[in-house]
Amino acid sequence: MIEFKHVFKEYDNNVIAANDFNITIKQGEFVYVVGPSGAGKSTFIKMMYREEMPTSGQIKINEFELEKIKNKEVPFLRRELGVVFQDFKLLPRLTVFENVAYAQQVIEKSPEEVKERVERVLELVGLTDKTTMFPNELSGGEQQRIAIARAIANKPRVLIADEPTGNLDPNTANDIMEIIERINKEGTTVVMATHNSSIVNERKHRVLEIDDGRIIRDQKRGGYKDESNNR
Amino acid sequence: MKAITVKRHLVESFKSLKRNGWMSVAAFSAVTVTLLLVGVLLSIIMNVNKIAADIENDVQVRVLIDRGTTSKQREVLKKQLSGLNSVHNIKFSSKEQELKNVVGSYGNEFKLFGGDDNPLNDVYVVKTKKPSQTVKVAKEVRKMKHVYDAKYGGASAKKLFKIVDGIQKWGMGISLLLLFVAVFLISNTIKITILSRRNEISIMRLVGATNSFIRWPFILEGAWTGLFGAILPIIVVDIGYAWIHGILSASLASTGYRLLSPGIFLVQIDILMILIGILIGAIGSGLSMRKFLKI
Repeated sequence: MIEFKHVFKEYDNNVIAANDFNITIKQGEFVYVVGPSGAGKSTFIKMMYREEMPTSGQIKINEFELEKIKNKEVPFLRRELGVVFQDFKLLPRLTVFENVAYAQQVIEKSPEEVKERVERVLELVGLTDKTTMFPNELSGGEQQRIAIARAIANKPRVLIADEPTGNLDPNTANDIMEIIERINKEGTTVVMATHNSSIVNERKHRVLEIDDGRIIRDQKRGGYKDESNNR
Repeated sequence: MKAITVKRHLVESFKSLKRNGWMSVAAFSAVTVTLLLVGVLLSIIMNVNKIAADIENDVQVRVLIDRGTTSKQREVLKKQLSGLNSVHNIKFSSKEQELKNVVGSYGNEFKLFGGDDNPLNDVYVVKTKKPSQTVKVAKEVRKMKHVYDAKYGGASAKKLFKIVDGIQKWGMGISLLLLFVAVFLISNTIKITILSRRNEISIMRLVGATNSFIRWPFILEGAWTGLFGAILPIIVVDIGYAWIHGILSASLASTGYRLLSPGIFLVQIDILMILIGILIGAIGSGLSMRKFLKI
């Protein structure tokens, strides 16, 4: 369960990136966040994993009330969230296996548990044959699959994805979407910011449209553009 | 922290020491140079302290009692001594004890003089209330009966104390300054290695690593740097001190003052250097981490 109540965010340079956000996302939902660059999508995403703090208002992620938790507790919030980025953000000096295992080591799992879980998630993203390779030896699509494997290694209740297909060709993007939808079907909430109109139009889910720091549309099974009033 | 995590941190810190190659060498050299200077200064300071203590012990009058004096006559003498105004306390030291001291300081050869061959006198060790009173007390004591001689070593003590005081203060000051410089150098060196890994750290935070989980491998890495950096200074100081001790002991022998003998003293210095090395390494890298761990 994700809840935004009267959330405002103003940056130091007076840009208002969030103007009274009121959103509730239930457990297991799949939500696209769309809108032009600079509209506030990334800020919305970043506030969820507390990379950015709102200027005012309340954000609740599961039992975490973000404006109340201390810096020390942030790692524990992040363990409930899996985050995937456009640029993958893999650790370049670690192998595929080690990259995914890192998330598990952080929560102090035993080596046996880590091995088992890493193999499971790599199987889920279809990369069991490349465990000993390094990220720079892999294609973009493969790297993104590792990033997703890492994000779901700790069985998070929420998967947050910021333009996960932004650097990928259409076919690879489709593969990645297959994986993300599969994860969603297993009960994980997915919040995904994207510019990819064909994905949003073909794989229909709830759509939040943000423009100029405001939520201008919240539509069940919506398209990339609001078709109801022919914009 | 679980055992597997401790093990992981240890392995991780070693790996990163190796991966950072020349940066590690740079940090390591900074420790080496600092510890070398600190080791030398420490040796000097501790020896100065030793000599200062020797001098302090000299602020006493040793009343040599005539050989053949009976114990009754000795008691009378003791009463006379304690009657003096500036006397603080009086200790009796038999000639057997005196010989033991000599053997302890100069070697077993002097055991030859044991028993009836003992040429030494029984001694009253008289401590005065102030160092400056030794001269006066000695003069008065010499006039007393059954006194063979009264010796005092504190005549030039005042001047010496001044020198000793100076060496102690300056030495400590320079040592502290050096340690600061070392911490600064190491934290800067490590900061550069961290800078190149800032991205990694942000990813670590993103997957929910606590600050301490991120920090420990770095702190351990610093500690290893300190430990390995201490090796060379230990070798140099150990060999150097033994050598200098050999030379100086001979020329100091006539003065009655002695340097700390190698052996236990060097073990102490070695342990101290290792501890200081580990500490400045760990603190240096711990400090440079702080900036990157703010959430």
